Amino acid sequence: MERIISLFKSLLLIELLKGMSITGRHFFSRKITVQFPEERTPMSPRFRGLHAQRRYPNGEERCIACKLCEAVCPALAITIESEERADGTRRTSRYDIDLYKCIFCGFCEEACPVDAIVETRFIDYHGEVRGDLVQTKEMLLATGDRLEAQIAADRAADAKYR
Amino acid sequence: MAQIEIDGKALTVADGGTIMDAAEAAGIYIPRFCYHKKLSIAANCRMCLVEVEKAPKPLPACATPVTDGMKVFTHSVKAVQAQKDVMEFLLINHPLDCPICDQGGECQLQDIAVGYGGVGSRYAEEKRVVVNKDFGPLIGGDMTRCIQCTRCVRFGQEIAGQMELGMVNRGEHSEITTFLSRGVGSELSGNTIDLCPVGALTSKPFRYKARGWELTRRAAIAPHDGLGSHLSLHVKQNKVLRVVPRENEALNECWLSDRDRFSYEGLYAEDRLTRPMVKQGGKWRECEWHEALQYAIDGLKQVKGEFGADAVGALAAPTSTLEELFLLQKLARAFGSDNVDFRLRQSDFRADGKLAGIPWLGMPVAVLSELNAALVVGSTLRKDHPLLAQRLRQAVKRGGQLNIIHAADDDLLCPVANKLIAAPGGLVNALAQVAKAVAEAKGASLPAGIDLSAVAVSEAARAMAASLLAGEKKAVLLGNLAQHHPRAAELHALAQAVADLAGAALGFLGEAANSVGGYLAGAVPHAGFNAASMLAQPRKAYLLLGVEPELDAYDPQQAVAALSGAFVVALSAYKGTAEAYADVLLPVAPFAETSGTFVNTQGDVQSFAAATKPLGETRPAWKVLRVLGNLLDLADFDYESSEAVRAEALEGMDVASRLGNRLSGVAVTDAAVGGGLQRVGEVPIYQGDALVRRAPALHGTMDGASPKAWLSGALMDKMGVKEGEMVILRQGAGEARLEAARDDRLPVDAVRVAAAHPLTAALGGMMDPIQVEKAS
Repeated sequence: MERIISLFKSLLLIELLKGMSITGRHFFSRKITVQFPEERTPMSPRFRGLHAQRRYPNGEERCIACKLCEAVCPALAITIESEERADGTRRTSRYDIDLYKCIFCGFCEEACPVDAIVETRFIDYHGEVRGDLVQTKEMLLATGDRLEAQIAADRAADAKYR
Repeated sequence: MAQIEIDGKALTVADGGTIMDAAEAAGIYIPRFCYHKKLSIAANCRMCLVEVEKAPKPLPACATPVTDGMKVFTHSVKAVQAQKDVMEFLLINHPLDCPICDQGGECQLQDIAVGYGGVGSRYAEEKRVVVNKDFGPLIGGDMTRCIQCTRCVRFGQEIAGQMELGMVNRGEHSEITTFLSRGVGSELSGNTIDLCPVGALTSKPFRYKARGWELTRRAAIAPHDGLGSHLSLHVKQNKVLRVVPRENEALNECWLSDRDRFSYEGLYAEDRLTRPMVKQGGKWRECEWHEALQYAIDGLKQVKGEFGADAVGALAAPTSTLEELFLLQKLARAFGSDNVDFRLRQSDFRADGKLAGIPWLGMPVAVLSELNAALVVGSTLRKDHPLLAQRLRQAVKRGGQLNIIHAADDDLLCPVANKLIAAPGGLVNALAQVAKAVAEAKGASLPAGIDLSAVAVSEAARAMAASLLAGEKKAVLLGNLAQHHPRAAELHALAQAVADLAGAALGFLGEAANSVGGYLAGAVPHAGFNAASMLAQPRKAYLLLGVEPELDAYDPQQAVAALSGAFVVALSAYKGTAEAYADVLLPVAPFAETSGTFVNTQGDVQSFAAATKPLGETRPAWKVLRVLGNLLDLADFDYESSEAVRAEALEGMDVASRLGNRLSGVAVTDAAVGGGLQRVGEVPIYQGDALVRRAPALHGTMDGASPKAWLSGALMDKMGVKEGEMVILRQGAGEARLEAARDDRLPVDAVRVAAAHPLTAALGGMMDPIQVEKAS
């Protein structure tokens, strides 16, 4: 009996038509392929990408070397050395984030009392040689300077949920 | 005894105690800020409020005495509400700057706020701001954070002996300040950093360096005075960043002198030696270890071949470890020379061979605070032994009588019952007066060999004798000046006579961390040359261990002259001026980088491990000495660890039975006052050893100021010198140019010129005659 049904299905090309109908549906539906990197998927203001250090509008770095990010980092990716700057303020003399270790959990940003360390939406970075992905303080501040407008906008957008 | 109940727990406590004491003993925690077990009760923070049955209001646990049948509730609704309210008040004016505060993470206010603080602040008004004060180079102040617990004030009054901090104004305006912005000069000031429950007083050298949670704590023993305080070294990334005390009731209690606390900075001095160096053809060059060691032993062997082993001398600093001293003497003796010594600042060695044991404190340190009467001979007590001086102040506070025989009438910050002040040449006479007075008062005769018939007894000496005879617990203590004195053996004999006649204990205030250990290790000559004769009759080769001869020797002129003509192998952590006289420099690890043992002045054998790895190519000195032994083909130099060295050094030895101050066979017949102008050359508090000499913060304090020529007013008038003018000081061929300063507490025939300082290194013996003239 089963063989007879199978024979009829084959003769009438039912399965082929079923398959073609799926093909047809997708052929005419709206495409979801994103032409990365020319096109991008939408990103949340809370996206956790490359880290940056921010500055105050007067150009002063925000970080005060409280070391809470270093303490909270579950991957031990942050290394900080602190000192008293000539003007008597508490500052970092070294602030490294090892992106090989970082798991992008965002705890550092949560812990920061002065919103100095942030994770930006920026994800297009790479390393060419070993050690390239250790972000130093200068690199982090440069990222911050470059992306400050977006960082500020993102924090503002998220402020009411914090 | 009183029966009380705390949180339903029935307790039997001693009468007169407080609820806080009872709770502490029962392991019940009551939050507190102003209460500290070593300080008086102030009850001004109110954090320890607890509910007591039948009391209408909550009572402060620290200031409420227990009574029989008392029922205390530390966690009842009423108690918790009271504690929360106090916390809210304390936080009203406390700035929210924990992220930049050095106390963050180890702050009592933070901790207690977590347990008793509210969720948010209800205080919207303007917060109080307090102007920061300058507390000197050791203590950093951020006074807005102060919660007015007054622990620092009480510490100054009760422990340090001088009230350098005080609270002015009232209510919200009250603030901690120094007197007329004078700064803090106490030699114990660093303890206020530990006492401060918030971040108002913090360590300045440690400022912003690290967080408490990043630091590894490693136990150590203080490497300076003979007390051997227990330390905790806080290490991060192989660097000592901070030193705090470890509590030890028998020695340092919970305190630490500034010298022990801040000397760690010297570990990273610029002139740290990190590579071996040799001098070839008059030029220094860095080289490999094997090369330097070979050069050293070639030189030593050559001297031995040419002049015999007796031409080699070994000198060690008394801050070297027991293991180092043991290996040094073993090396020297196996090499054939008995010339080994560590007592570089001693000038009178007549007691050698006549001592029954090793000079020590003669009693446990803790007994010092219970003495009824003490006679301290020749000690700049506060500067040489900050914490022992603190113990003696406690004794005085309890009614004890302190008697002083010294070359300067220094302020000891406590009432001194009687004092005899004389120039070094008159110290023997002063002590002889007391001995004679005690003998006369007791109707006993002085021991054989002591003939004081020519001595005239003064009133002060009689009073001193009466004071020493009256008490029950008594001690005669010989300080550093007495130990370095050119007639130290006679002072010892007289002190012993006084102690015996008065029924007092005789003790030596140990000069350095290992003053007792040096004897235990055998680093003293049996028949060979001692430290003084080794330099007076120059040897052909010297082996130096941690010694800076121009600063560590009794007579630096002589030391430098002796060394400059010899082949010198210097094992040192620092370059210093060694390039001028040494031929080989072997970098050895200082304190904190080597394991070892110190034997303190009460005879405790205290071992410690290395806290950090040695810097650069530095090696622990015991390893270097071991390898030197191997290279010299000496037998039994195969130690694997410093513990093995210690085991051999102390093998079958009962340390307590080796201690003893009894001296026999030293006669005192001439107790006449020595004539002429004499130098009072003490070692300044922050110049005692190579490490503390290089601690910059300490040298910024009042005690670290560069030396002056202190003269009495009468002498200044006689010489026509005014304060602030320059004078030229001469001893032998050397001279020093220093500013004259007036100190009327000095005898008229004494000039107080600090020893062990680069500015006075050209001068001669620490207590020898000196000439002073006005600089033109």
